[in-house]
This record gives sequence, structure tokens and C-alpha cells, in this order.
Amino acid sequence: MREGAVNAVLLAGLVAFPIWAQAADEPFLITLATRAVILALAAVGLNIALGWGGMVSLGHAAFFGIGGYAMGILAFHAQTYAPLMEWPFVIEGTKSMPVIWLVAVVASALAALGIGLLSLRTTGVYFIMITLAFGQMLYYFTISWTAYGGEDGMSIYVRNGFPGLNTLVPVEFYGLCLAILLLVLALNAALVRAPFGLALNAARQSPERVRTVGIDPGRLQLAAFVLSGAITGLAGALFADLNRFVSPSMLSWQMSGELIVFVILGGTARLFGPVAGAILFVALEHLLGGVSDYWHVFLGALLLLVVLFARGGLVGFLAGRVR
Amino acid sequence: MSLLTLDGVTASYGPAQALFGIDLTVGEGEVVALMGRNGMGKTTTVRAICRLIPAAGTLTFAGRDVAGLPAHRAARLGIGLVPEGRRCFAGLTVTENLVAAARPGPWDMRRIEGLFPVLAERRRQRAGTLSGGEQQMLAIGRALATNPRLLILDEATEGLAPLIRAQIWDAVARLRSETGMAILLIDKSMREITAIADRAVLVERGKTVWSGQMRALDPALVDRYIGV
Repeated sequence: MREGAVNAVLLAGLVAFPIWAQAADEPFLITLATRAVILALAAVGLNIALGWGGMVSLGHAAFFGIGGYAMGILAFHAQTYAPLMEWPFVIEGTKSMPVIWLVAVVASALAALGIGLLSLRTTGVYFIMITLAFGQMLYYFTISWTAYGGEDGMSIYVRNGFPGLNTLVPVEFYGLCLAILLLVLALNAALVRAPFGLALNAARQSPERVRTVGIDPGRLQLAAFVLSGAITGLAGALFADLNRFVSPSMLSWQMSGELIVFVILGGTARLFGPVAGAILFVALEHLLGGVSDYWHVFLGALLLLVVLFARGGLVGFLAGRVR
Repeated sequence: MSLLTLDGVTASYGPAQALFGIDLTVGEGEVVALMGRNGMGKTTTVRAICRLIPAAGTLTFAGRDVAGLPAHRAARLGIGLVPEGRRCFAGLTVTENLVAAARPGPWDMRRIEGLFPVLAERRRQRAGTLSGGEQQMLAIGRALATNPRLLILDEATEGLAPLIRAQIWDAVARLRSETGMAILLIDKSMREITAIADRAVLVERGKTVWSGQMRALDPALVDRYIGV
């Protein structure tokens, strides 16, 4: 099966699943699918840095958490009617999803810019360690941030709104999340075919050769890292909205590791790879999590099989094409 | 005025000094051959020109001091490199290799494919799966896609079949006659270099030992410094 066909099947499944779940009166399954779609979005963001840019970031949970806290803080101030700040000008909280998304994207992009500027001075294992260190710094910051729940996190009692939709209805919120995922996938597809994406791919293969054609690989990778962080931050805002809860665990290194697992399971540098990985992860979590608390053992075994025998991940394995 | 000028250029790989004083000029539209035995500093000179290794001394391109510039800025000034060993972006297709490098100018995809028609037939093929000769043509095409003022060919015909070598030399001759592009050549093919180059620069142990018109390069010099 060609990769395009695998992608089409995945896409059809994403569209058909909630329709079936709605007909079968299984709203929980729609919420589960929403979780998979949002995690897929976060992993699509990581795939730009990891898959196409070759930047193995073990700190992407920081952007996921920044997006989550952007939602949590704005919604918290909206539900308590206490302004976010009063001087030098007043900023109120909001329950408007587009505004929250904008703040989440800008905040996580700025964080990615700062972290990327410093981290991209290193490569290989040092890059992994420095991104991990930044992630853990922000994780411990949120633990000590008692104004917004500290270690216990913060519950939000409202579901933020989107014009024309009742986001409390699971299938409508799912549709919204899926539309964002598809938009980002379309952007991703256009990006990897554009000179920027091709040069990014080339820089992953040889930074020196890229320099000889007049491109600064450092700036290219920084731009990709910022875009990657912004997308993961957007996913974080949606994830917090789904759970109506935000906590430091969104920024933990385990979360960063899970995002990497989604990408590797599904197939690095493959458009629908992170989508397949996130769906597989959530399905295993749901099916095996009920059997044993130690279901991660099975996930670990599956990851080993993928790394050893299916380097292209699930999508590469099904597509049957080695790259 | 010369397009490229090197005067007393020195360079090192860590503690090991590799260049001890390279003097070299390439004028607009001129073809210059940089010659010498293996390990004498030809490729290191090219790497210094392209700012891929730190170098000291006078290094100017198009009237600008490029000694302190990073490699990508030097390339943007118009230095196009075809590196030794046909180093394409193996994971990208032929078209993608060219698009990734493309900069505005007369050398667009159509013109590059006109110079190397085989690239048009292999557009969607990954560079890593091309034959050695096709990869070399792609490497030259990629350098041309940057629309350089100076094209540097480092061992462009090394290890290729005679027929492919002839095609590449033919393309270089066309570049010279049809575009007047300045070219700095490193190659061991004396017969072809003699036919195409205006001047030669001989290097020995990281230092320029002779430079002059190609026709002045007598057999004794060739025997002493090139050994072919």
C-alpha cells in the first residue's frame, strides 16, 4: 500500500470514527478520539523539528505545557472575573478559544525562540540534554507557581467557546480539533515541499553542504524549532480545554518522551506518522490500560519491534516503502 | 580587477597547519586550474575560499573581504562550489536538490536541465539512487542553481567513466563559451585542463609555487609539481 493510501485510510478513519461513535451513543469514545487527535497535533509539531529537522528535542512538553497554561490562566481569570493584570493596562481573562489559541501559539513560539537560540548552539546528545534541561526548568517553575495551582494544577470549570459551536458537545469539539489538525497537516505538507522544507531536510543531511549553497542551517533550524514549538503549544491549549484541567505534568519529561514515541511509532518525517503513532498509543492505553497498570511494558516491546524491524514506523511499514 | 584574490592565505586543521601561503587570482570570465599532487592543499584552498575552514591572509571576492564571513554569506556573494566526492543531498529528489539551492538569476531549472538533459529524465528520482556521473551532474547543477559568479569544481571528473567525463568536460566548455562564467578547476586530467584553462596555479606543500598562462606550463613543471 502506498503512503498516500495509508494516509487516506487514516484520514477516513478520523472522519468516520466519531460518526460511528455518535450513532452508537458512545460519547466517551469521541472524547478518547479527541485526545488522540490533540496528541497527534502535538506530535505533528514535534515531527517538524525531529523528523524533518533532525532535532531530537526532549523538551517539547514545555511548549505543550505553555499552551496548556495559556488556556488555564486566561480561563481561570475569566471564571473568577479577576483581571490578569491591572497595570499599566487592564488585561481580562477570556473564554474565547481563538484568543486563547493565539496567546498559546505566541507564548510557546517565544519560548521556543529563546530555548532554540541557546539549544541550537549544540548538536546530538548535548542538544537532547539542553532541551531536557529547559523543559525541566519550566516544569519545576510551574510546580512552584502556587498562584495557578502549583503542584496540584488547576481545574477550569468552563469549556471555552468557539463561535457557532457548542464545544461542550463532544462531537463538535472533536470536529474543531480535527479541523485544526487537518489545517496543520496541510501546512506541514506545503512546508516540506517548499524551498524552506527542502533546505531543512538538506540541512539535516549535511549542514556544511547547505552552507555552500548560501543557506544558514542554524537560522533554518531555529525557524523550524519555533514553528514546531508553536504547533505543540496550540495542542497544549486544546488538551487543557479537553480535560478542563492543567497541571505541571503537561510539562514533564515523560510527556516529552511520549511525544517522541508517537513520532517514532508512526514514522518520523512522514506526514501522517505522528497521527498514526498517537492513535496507536491512545488505543493501546485504552485497551491494555484496562488489563494491567503495567501496559507500558507492551508499548515498550512494540517500540522495540518498530525500531528494529520497521524503521519507517507504522506508516512506513504499511506503505511498504523504505526511505 | 580580479574577481577572487588570495594573497598569503594560511589555514590549519586544529594544530596542523595545511596552507602556508596560497597566492591565487581568478578574473571575471577566466578559467583557472589549481594543480598539484595529492595532499598538497588544493581542496583545503577551496575550503578556505568557501569559508568552510578558518583562514588568515588576504581573501577577497568581488572587491569584498570575505576572510571573516561565514560560509553561507560567502556563497551568497556568488561562490558556487561543486565539492569533491559528488556530495548531493541523497535523500532528496533531483528536482528537490535544485529547488533547495535555487537563488534568483539566469540559471533556472530549465537551463540546468538543458546543460544536463539526463537530469530532466531523473527529476523525481532520489539523488542517492543516481549513478556517479548523474550525481556529479546534479552537484554541478545544484551549484549553478545558486547563480554563482565563480564556479569551483573540485575533482569533478574523478572516478567517472570516460564517456561521462567527456560529457562533464563538454558542459564546462559550454559554461565557459556561452556564459563567460569564472571557473576555478581542480582536476588531474591534464589534456582537458590544458584545452579549457586560461591559467594554472601550482601548489606544493600548502604554498603557491608557480602561476602563469596555461601555455607556459612546460613538461618540467608538470613533472616536478603534478607528476603526471
